[in-house]
Amino acid sequence: MAKIKVATVSLAGCFGCHMSFLDIDERLIALLEVAEFDRSPLTDIEHCGPCDVGLIEGGVCNAENVHVLREFRKNCKTLVAVGACAINGGLPAMRNQFALEECLLEAYRDGIGVENPHIPNDPELPLLLDKVHPIHEIVKVDYFLPGCPPSADVFWTFLSALLAGREPSLPYELVHYD
Amino acid sequence: MSGTINIDGKTVPYRDGQTIMDAAIAAGIYIPHLCHKPGFTPHGSCKLCTVKVNGRNCSACTFPAADGQVVINTSDELLQDRRRITQMLFVEGNHFCPSCEKSGNCQLQGVAYHLNMLDNHFPHFYADRRVDASHPDIMIDHNRCIFCNLCVRASREKDRKNVFDIAGRGINKRLIVNSVSGTLKDSAISVDDCAAHICPTGAILIKRSAYRLPIGQRTYDQRQISDVALSGEVEHGQD
Repeated sequence: MAKIKVATVSLAGCFGCHMSFLDIDERLIALLEVAEFDRSPLTDIEHCGPCDVGLIEGGVCNAENVHVLREFRKNCKTLVAVGACAINGGLPAMRNQFALEECLLEAYRDGIGVENPHIPNDPELPLLLDKVHPIHEIVKVDYFLPGCPPSADVFWTFLSALLAGREPSLPYELVHYD
Repeated sequence: MSGTINIDGKTVPYRDGQTIMDAAIAAGIYIPHLCHKPGFTPHGSCKLCTVKVNGRNCSACTFPAADGQVVINTSDELLQDRRRITQMLFVEGNHFCPSCEKSGNCQLQGVAYHLNMLDNHFPHFYADRRVDASHPDIMIDHNRCIFCNLCVRASREKDRKNVFDIAGRGINKRLIVNSVSGTLKDSAISVDDCAAHICPTGAILIKRSAYRLPIGQRTYDQRQISDVALSGEVEHGQD
């Protein structure tokens, strides 16, 4: 039987959700019996190909995030918002209280210890969006795994159900937003 | 005068003057709620206690019990409605639980866990209201306020001070402080007041008291809000 293809990505994330995913520890070996990774920070694959499951960590904070998220949506049969940031923007969305220019000036011009103060303007750098957004405001999302980060058991419970063809659900003990 | 009502097939007695919520709590039946608190005038703003009474949706906290009423409290439809209502409360404010000191002890979060709410469904408002940190012992993060009015009622009914009010209309409504400057430091509130401790969310906080309880020992880490609410609450008017 062909292995299930899983792609993962961190957008405006901290990689904490990926670390929590790896916290399934030795269960990762069992997972790799039935699943293989497509594009992911854990592989060298640059673009997301046709996949069964896409796990998205982080909100959407810049133009590149939008392109990557759309590529994942186009290629993944099931798209999953993983963690608080993907679900509601998370703590990075606390910058939504400030004008984007204020944030950039504070970081690159007015901040303590800044040398050669100027806002980076190389076209290779993705432009920031004026606000941070949850991923469901950009693309359709099939499942949500709350938590900052979701626990390893959340990943395991969810993936086990999905791989077995059952409708995933999370019991009370596994639902946390913090 | 008294009689019985029927909640989800169970016969529940009530006394005259009791609401459906009062009768349910007395009988050990949990109806999800945020703005209701036994001992305080019912408010009817959160709508989480919506139940079906004789086929119509009503707020259990304000609807008087009447003999022979058939009340549905548990159904898929009500669960979906309550989940949507809770999602509305989440997107209207900035409920970033990972950085909130009320996390684990928050009734809004506790209700959302109870309803198995996994996402916020709606686009976010990203409210932009200023924090009031002027008072030496108490602070307000207005972006976490759900306008339950409990601090308003507590200040008036328990503390006899009238420190808070809700002002503005529609989405622009906000919690205000009745002081000349509009800030907490110039109001009559003190850290011992009921109003300082009654907030069900992380909107009104006591300074220097954050993160005292280890994860795993907080209120809703182990017990569902349905259980906590019933064990801690007494009937309306019997504080």
